[in-house]
Amino acid sequence: MMYSLFVSGIGVQNWTYILVGITFALYIGIAIWSRAGSTKEFYVAGGGVSPLANGMATAADWMSAASFISMAGIISFAGYDGAVYLMGWTGGYVLLALLLAPYLRKFGKFTVPDFIGDRYYSKTARIVAVFCALLVSFTYVAGQMRGVGIVFSRFLEVDINTGVIIGMLIVLFYAVLGGMKGITYTQVAQYCVLIFAFMVPAIFISIQMTGNPIPQLGFGGELVDGSGTYLLDKLDGLSTELGFAEYTEGSKSLIDVFAITLALMVGTAGLPHVIVRFFTVKRVKDARKSAGIALLLIVLLYSTAPAVAVFARTNMIETVSNQPYDKVPEWFKKWETTGLIAFNDKNNDGLIQYVADKQNNELVVDRDIMVLANPEIANLPDWVIALVAAGGLAAALSTAAGLLLVISASVSHDLIKKIINPKISEKGELIAARLSAVGAVCVAGYFGINPPGFVAAVVALAFGLAAASFFPAIILGIFYKKMNKEGAIAGMVIGTITMLLYMIKYKLGWFDAVVPDKSEWWFGISPEGFGAIAMMLNFIVSIIIMKFTPEPPEDVQDIVENIRIPSGAGQATH
Amino acid sequence: MTNKKKAKAYWKENIRYVLILLSIWFLVSFGAGIVFKDALNTFKLGGFKLGFWFAQQGSMYVFVVLIFVYVRLMNKLDKKYGYDV
Repeated sequence: MMYSLFVSGIGVQNWTYILVGITFALYIGIAIWSRAGSTKEFYVAGGGVSPLANGMATAADWMSAASFISMAGIISFAGYDGAVYLMGWTGGYVLLALLLAPYLRKFGKFTVPDFIGDRYYSKTARIVAVFCALLVSFTYVAGQMRGVGIVFSRFLEVDINTGVIIGMLIVLFYAVLGGMKGITYTQVAQYCVLIFAFMVPAIFISIQMTGNPIPQLGFGGELVDGSGTYLLDKLDGLSTELGFAEYTEGSKSLIDVFAITLALMVGTAGLPHVIVRFFTVKRVKDARKSAGIALLLIVLLYSTAPAVAVFARTNMIETVSNQPYDKVPEWFKKWETTGLIAFNDKNNDGLIQYVADKQNNELVVDRDIMVLANPEIANLPDWVIALVAAGGLAAALSTAAGLLLVISASVSHDLIKKIINPKISEKGELIAARLSAVGAVCVAGYFGINPPGFVAAVVALAFGLAAASFFPAIILGIFYKKMNKEGAIAGMVIGTITMLLYMIKYKLGWFDAVVPDKSEWWFGISPEGFGAIAMMLNFIVSIIIMKFTPEPPEDVQDIVENIRIPSGAGQATH
Repeated sequence: MTNKKKAKAYWKENIRYVLILLSIWFLVSFGAGIVFKDALNTFKLGGFKLGFWFAQQGSMYVFVVLIFVYVRLMNKLDKKYGYDV
């Protein structure tokens, strides 16, 4: 009795309750401490956030359930091709820091539609921008709430829907109470939780497999078994043996890898919930610096993910391939009951055949398992397994909160204050902002509980849309003084519609009986990469239309000259 | 120098920095990590094939360095033109 208590400790389940409980109490405590008292605090946290805090908040805001839970798993199945996410989701920050963040900070408003509306001196432009911001943010947030539900259901054994509702209540509490101010400081805490939760198992496993405590070096190192074989060479060998493509080669075409990487980079730089974080710092130089800090903190996780992918893939193949089914470890059975691992003994030999050939393959593994079950596969202590649950929740909640704020600001500030009722008082606008946040949480929760059939397409769609709509309009607004409203509006509308149509035809297959084959893709570019084409189309249309329409007024051209100079960036105003 | 001339000169220097840094950004990711991956894969860096390493590690490290270099260059430039207040 004593012995078993000592060995099993308090169990994974209890550890999970303890760690998730402590982190949630922390978030709520921060929310109460940092309540928002004015619209300025609600939209941009008062505009005095330090570059370090903003960098941490941006990193947590950015890294979603997809980055934390799914990315390493996707890479472990995609091999080299996984690089599109690694480069795409980090390279966008270079564009942000060099081309967008400093100027938008100098411009000094609350939202992205604010910039579009003022720079293009047009209510139509503002409304188009609000529509795009809502479309991008809602598609993205639905996936986050679902992520919260999944983590809850797998680790705390509650129903997915109950998990979504618990997540909604927590986000509701701190987003509605604290606005951007509350979100910023909870995100700082969430970054610490999620990076710790991601790194600890990775370091443990790196030591186990390669003897090197730094995962980034470990996965390029030699195996610890003394054979002198490099880990990557071994995985390449295992992969080809089973009929898969060599791990370090990948299977996507060069043009598609190029297009997807570009679409994700540009989409990252165009996402409103990321851009708006740079409105919260004091000076233009702080905006540049905090973009650098944010990327450094993001790369800490992103450079570890491909290492985790290689460790997990090698471990998994070695543990299950050609092993007798009745001798599989406990984690295998446990995840089998969730349906995330499925084994079908087609040739009745009692062995698990895991091969590339679909006819003979007997094992189906969900990619999310690679991070969630990794600590169990590697036999790590219970508290490490529980930590992964707390980290996954931190990642999903922080991103959801950031998106909800964009949605509520789009409604209360851009629609109500700027278009419907400009005379609304400060107090009235703050109430409107809180109510829209409540509404947004409910809609997000609804989509989390009843996920639309196109969830798989959702993330690609959000990036494609951001790339096709905002990125060109903002870049031209800063770097091309003569760009006018006619050009910008036409570009945004045509870019967005082309992106939507391509996605509907080639990803969802709504125009045909089935989703068309990839041989029909334009230029061989997948729907995930099409944002790159839609973005270029937006640029071309904007410039052509501009040539045939009147120049922007003198005072707008003066605004552009003004935002190019960093000094005198006042406080954000409306 | 008049204000307008000063602003123009500042902008020109800024654009030059941005173009240089973005060329490096493009070369490490789209160049080394994608287009020239196969050629670089004939070299090895420890257990990594070089093209694979650029795609899954190297390009990200360079991105971080690029932003901090830009921060330094621009802080200096702001000071030179008196825009740092």
